[in-house]
Amino acid sequence: MSKTLFDKLWDSHVVKTFDNGPSVFYIDRHYIHEVTSPQAFQGLEEKGLKVFRPEQIIATADHNVPTLNQDQPIKDPLSANQVSMLTENCAKHGIKYYPLGSEYQGIVHVIGPEMGFTLPGMTIVCGDSHTSTHGAFGCIAFGIGTSQVEQVLASQCLMLSKPKTMRINVNGTLKAGVLSKDVILHIIAKLGTGGATGHFVEYAGSTFEAMSMEERMTVCNMSIEMGARGGLVAPDQTTFDYIAATPYGPKGEDFDKSVEYWKTLKSDDNAPFDKEIHIDASDIEPMITYGTNPGMGINIFQAVPTDEQDQELKKSLNYMGLEPGESLLGKQVDYVFIGSCTNSRIEDLRIAAEYVKGKQKADHVTCWIVPGSKQVEKQAMEEGLDTIFQNAGIRMRQPGCSACLAMNEDKIPEGKLCVSTSNRNFEGRQGQGARTILASPLTAIAAAVHGKIWTADEAIARNQSSVESLSS
Amino acid sequence: MEKINQIKSSGIPLPIEHIDTDQIIPARFLKSTSKEGFGENLFRDWRYNNAELNTDFVLNDPKFKGSILVAGHNFGCGSSREHAAWAIHDYGFRAVVSSEFADIFKGNAMNNGLLPIEVSTDYLQALTTAIYNNPETQIEIDLQSQTIAFEGEVYNFEIDGFKKQCLLDGKVEFDYLVEMHDAIEAYENNRSF
Repeated sequence: MSKTLFDKLWDSHVVKTFDNGPSVFYIDRHYIHEVTSPQAFQGLEEKGLKVFRPEQIIATADHNVPTLNQDQPIKDPLSANQVSMLTENCAKHGIKYYPLGSEYQGIVHVIGPEMGFTLPGMTIVCGDSHTSTHGAFGCIAFGIGTSQVEQVLASQCLMLSKPKTMRINVNGTLKAGVLSKDVILHIIAKLGTGGATGHFVEYAGSTFEAMSMEERMTVCNMSIEMGARGGLVAPDQTTFDYIAATPYGPKGEDFDKSVEYWKTLKSDDNAPFDKEIHIDASDIEPMITYGTNPGMGINIFQAVPTDEQDQELKKSLNYMGLEPGESLLGKQVDYVFIGSCTNSRIEDLRIAAEYVKGKQKADHVTCWIVPGSKQVEKQAMEEGLDTIFQNAGIRMRQPGCSACLAMNEDKIPEGKLCVSTSNRNFEGRQGQGARTILASPLTAIAAAVHGKIWTADEAIARNQSSVESLSS
Repeated sequence: MEKINQIKSSGIPLPIEHIDTDQIIPARFLKSTSKEGFGENLFRDWRYNNAELNTDFVLNDPKFKGSILVAGHNFGCGSSREHAAWAIHDYGFRAVVSSEFADIFKGNAMNNGLLPIEVSTDYLQALTTAIYNNPETQIEIDLQSQTIAFEGEVYNFEIDGFKKQCLLDGKVEFDYLVEMHDAIEAYENNRSF
């Protein structure tokens, strides 16, 4: 019988299936961080148990760390305590840990792939919903709760029921100024914030095939924002080349043997999916969100929807301080955040730098650029991107999750409008009362320069008639 | 974990769709390293306008009481933080009723003795209306027979059979997994890739 890639990976990781019940599902790679792991370690200790496979775990501190002066002690005592507990737990259980200050520290979903710890065919979990990022390598990767973190620490397994499958096909060439972030925001706007609940997604078609690994990670990262358990892309030469350049990926004969196996990781022709969706790449324009969930998205040249019956829309617009039918293009912004596990990799920073080179940030805008990892930061400095930002009046900060969830001091103040490359525009997500507009790094940097919601020159030129009618 | 079978209580209506876990427990309260005490900050930014009690919010309305939260579609979407399930349970809820739950939240809830009861859109609406009409409306949930009932309106809900047995027995998945190390090791040794 023809199988989907998801089915193949699922079947090869089932240790045992209970009659009419869940499967005991084996996990190859477990990433942990400071916020969702302490209670799991505590649980193990209370039961007198050891970590079952410490060598399959990678730890870093990212969610709750400052993005300035990382060489100094963390000021917030609660944050400092969480980070020191992670340090202690890793030392006690023999877990590889990349602490603040180490050369590979960074956002867990950025460092795993860049070091070569995420490889095709793996099953990967982390106590973080954006673990779906790693699906870009052809993995079953998904976020779990802390009870499940404890289960994986104790047994390297989870008890799972198999989700349904969905394939999202996007074919064609993206228009100039349209990035992978716009593709996923377009998909989520089409499906809605719960449109893929209960499903595991495969992204297929020429548009994804043409994407770099970093672009694919941006897409897979936001699978959870439409409720999907995860999302994956079948590995190909782009994947193999990326892994060949990583410090800890397989080398030499090992690499060649791995590639042989990785080449088998694709859905069979005619493999049945529970749901299938087709999108034409040429229909996609730069996207922004207007509401308080990632499904509330429009292309930047459209107006905010009007539906007087829709209570959710009303509540969202009230929070955002927006009117039904309002055009957002040209609306003044206060903050711009370029960072997060969605868009903080070197290609994202290059896009921002290329746009801002020789230009100035608008005076009234506060712009934070937060690289995803120490490696991204180092690369950006080697390429002189930090100097380009500095000349434009923008300071590049140090790696961490930062204003994506505002657990540290990087908070957007109440009532302020922020164009953000992160993944969630929920009420209060970037700080109490903060108003978030999700967008690509290109749209975000354009907003920083123009001081208003704006996007790539090519997209503006292409939609000149809409731009004129919006401003009239 | 406590065994659960029957819950009988009035309900608290919160008919908002897509309630995400950032609303249930905002990220700035995730700095604790224990599982206790999160109920204090449940729906913090809806319950309070900064430091002041928001008297318009249903949890601050003395009319509505009980251990069953009756919420809108796609409850618990967003972040995987189990702190959301801990907060709801710690506040005193033992069940959440909705027409759909986000996958990670649903799993987290069941791992903490909090029942996610999935009902049809029509049933959810009828239940919500009944509570608004009479806040004393008694809701009866019976896990063994997989039924929820109010004012004679009975609904048979679906729940994973294995999870149901865990909840009835007061067991958690963890208890099964730690007994399986031999099978897991055998799997590791027999992998062909």
